[in-house]
Amino acid sequence: MLSIKNLHARVGDAEILKGLSLDVPAGEVHAIMGPNGAGKSTLSYVLTGRDGYEVTEGSATLDGEDLLALDPSERAAKGLFLSFQYPLEIPGVPALTFIRTALNSQRKARGEGEVPAPEFLKRARATAASLKMDFDMLRRGLNVGFSGGEKKRMEIFQMAMLSPRFLILDETDSGLDIDALRIVSEGVNAMRAPDRAMLVITHYQRLLDYVKPDKVHVLAGGRIVASGGPELAHELEKSGYDKYALEAA
Amino acid sequence: MAAVKDTVKTVEALEKYAHGFVTDIEQEFAEKGLNADTVRFISAKKDEPAWMLDWRLEAFERWLAMDEPDWAKLAYPPIDYQGAYYYAAPKDKNAGPKSLDEVDPELLATYAKLGIPLREQEVLAGVVGSPRYAVDAVFDSVSVVTTFKKELAEAGVIFCPLSEAVRDHPDLVKKYLGTVVPVSDNYFACLNSAVFSEGSFVYVPPGVRCPMELSTYFRINAEETGQFERTLIIADKGSYVSYLEGCTAPKRDENQLHAAVVELVALDDAEIKYSTVQNWYPGDAEGKGGIYNFVTKRADCRGARAKVAWTQVETGSAITWKYPSCILRGDESVGEFYSIAITNNRQQADTGTKMIHLGRNTRSRIISKGISAGRSSNTYRGLVSAHPKAIGARNFTQCDSLLIGKHCAAHTVPYIEARNAHAHFEHEATTTRLSDDQLFYVMQRGLNQEEAVQLLVNGFVKDVLQQLPMEFAVEAQKLVAVSLEGSVG
Repeated sequence: MLSIKNLHARVGDAEILKGLSLDVPAGEVHAIMGPNGAGKSTLSYVLTGRDGYEVTEGSATLDGEDLLALDPSERAAKGLFLSFQYPLEIPGVPALTFIRTALNSQRKARGEGEVPAPEFLKRARATAASLKMDFDMLRRGLNVGFSGGEKKRMEIFQMAMLSPRFLILDETDSGLDIDALRIVSEGVNAMRAPDRAMLVITHYQRLLDYVKPDKVHVLAGGRIVASGGPELAHELEKSGYDKYALEAA
Repeated sequence: MAAVKDTVKTVEALEKYAHGFVTDIEQEFAEKGLNADTVRFISAKKDEPAWMLDWRLEAFERWLAMDEPDWAKLAYPPIDYQGAYYYAAPKDKNAGPKSLDEVDPELLATYAKLGIPLREQEVLAGVVGSPRYAVDAVFDSVSVVTTFKKELAEAGVIFCPLSEAVRDHPDLVKKYLGTVVPVSDNYFACLNSAVFSEGSFVYVPPGVRCPMELSTYFRINAEETGQFERTLIIADKGSYVSYLEGCTAPKRDENQLHAAVVELVALDDAEIKYSTVQNWYPGDAEGKGGIYNFVTKRADCRGARAKVAWTQVETGSAITWKYPSCILRGDESVGEFYSIAITNNRQQADTGTKMIHLGRNTRSRIISKGISAGRSSNTYRGLVSAHPKAIGARNFTQCDSLLIGKHCAAHTVPYIEARNAHAHFEHEATTTRLSDDQLFYVMQRGLNQEEAVQLLVNGFVKDVLQQLPMEFAVEAQKLVAVSLEGSVG
């Protein structure tokens, strides 16, 4: 599904990714862990095509299609979704309007027709209920005045509504209390499917108790420096990132 | 239903000389330039009584002695007042237009996208879709049609071209014309008083709620011609009227002058809603051509508890100089101003409002949303004042500016004068730049760059769009999108 080969990327003059390679097959959940400044968020921005993140070498493909040549909206239409670490506020645009516009833009780019309004609303109600969200929240300006936890829940809501093929969760657990973490995790787990894959970026092991990864990778110094099963996350929780940080340096 | 048929027929008739951006029909002009004879010519064309001609000539004398104002934050070469025509009218209403093929394809595409003002009949047809709109269509210096007159007359509402009102309702015109915007109020209003050609006249009798929305659609068509329309709306005691003004002009390399005057009078307990969707040609990307829009719009809340609300969506014109204002004379009268002003490329706008509180417990509210893109300059200029007798006057002002790109400018110039200790004025202002973070977030969800900008901007202006009659809110929303095309990246 997602295949990254020898990826080098820079922000301004600083090279952040230095030859990162990674394969995430369909149906799997991979976790990326690593110390602060390792390049975790950079990886998510490079994959989704943010301005200012310049790829100097290497490739990234989704089901064999080159992602790096596409603009962010085209990548989204191909089924790439990023749950932001810090979701943005969009004043004056109700969440429902926002998601419906996004969904229809994606469908248009794929040559599909618009989703009929009744069907959309029905899905929105069911999804909101499963995430224990107050439906009225969806009629207010997107994320405006929301708490950190509410914003994260809104990200998962958008993810469920857009049903992407490849999901990147960037520090989704930050700012969540234990109840919210459980609800959000259930939302993420509900998205697991044989034709879908996820990359879960996290600093702590906590989220991985709820969203069980098939593989764990350690990102340090702009490269994957270790890979293993779920047990690697536990080991990191105990011993920290020091040895990898040193290795990377 | 009869009224609907009437309108459909009227619209069909309009089609005959309403094609394309430059309607190629034979027109009759006044001689180029401006002197007392030009004024006499216009007055004669309108078949005006002597008192009206005298009024115009007096205005012309005064105008000669006035200087063009230069306090606005606008830069433009001197206007050659002798280089323009002051009157243009279709010579023969049956003269056929030439084909649409002669119109610049870029323009065709732009307006096709808008789904409207390419041909007037489409705009009017759009309006007909909701049969509760009456339309006065003004083409250069004359009104070509006014719809629904019969049904309105049954309700006692007078809706007709001003020139017709001068002939048929001279007492009303004499009583109110020039009482809100005096002849010599300012340079451009004074010029208008001398040479005004056409505009709408509305009178709503006491206690009548006007049975439909009224609208005037202004069109500049002729080359090197100025447009000087004048609108007068009187809402008598306890009446209500909602009025909408739309305007477009062909794309030309020269600048054309538009100097209009709008006067509103609201008596005791009357309410007037006046909405404008201003879409004059803004000039090209390099700033060549476009309309110079110098407009004086003012409302007089003459009676107690009178209410006037101005809503404007300003997307067009190379230069905009416009301050729709309210004189809150009656006790407990209310003035509102909702504005979206968009400038792109090299457009310049200096626009805002004046809320003059004279009566007790008068209230006003100002919501202004300015959007600047390209290399444009967008200035909000507003005055809120309370007279010593305006005890308990209240104002709330919210002034937001949105910058798109790095080469545009936004300015906010509020003047606040409270001459008594019992006035309560609040002023809030923000200036933000359309953020790359927001754009990326929205694009990551699947919107392309143009769609993302549209969505963010529509969110920014939502409070004001909500004030427009629904059909026009949709039109305005599309207009906002088209005006900002190509503004990012």
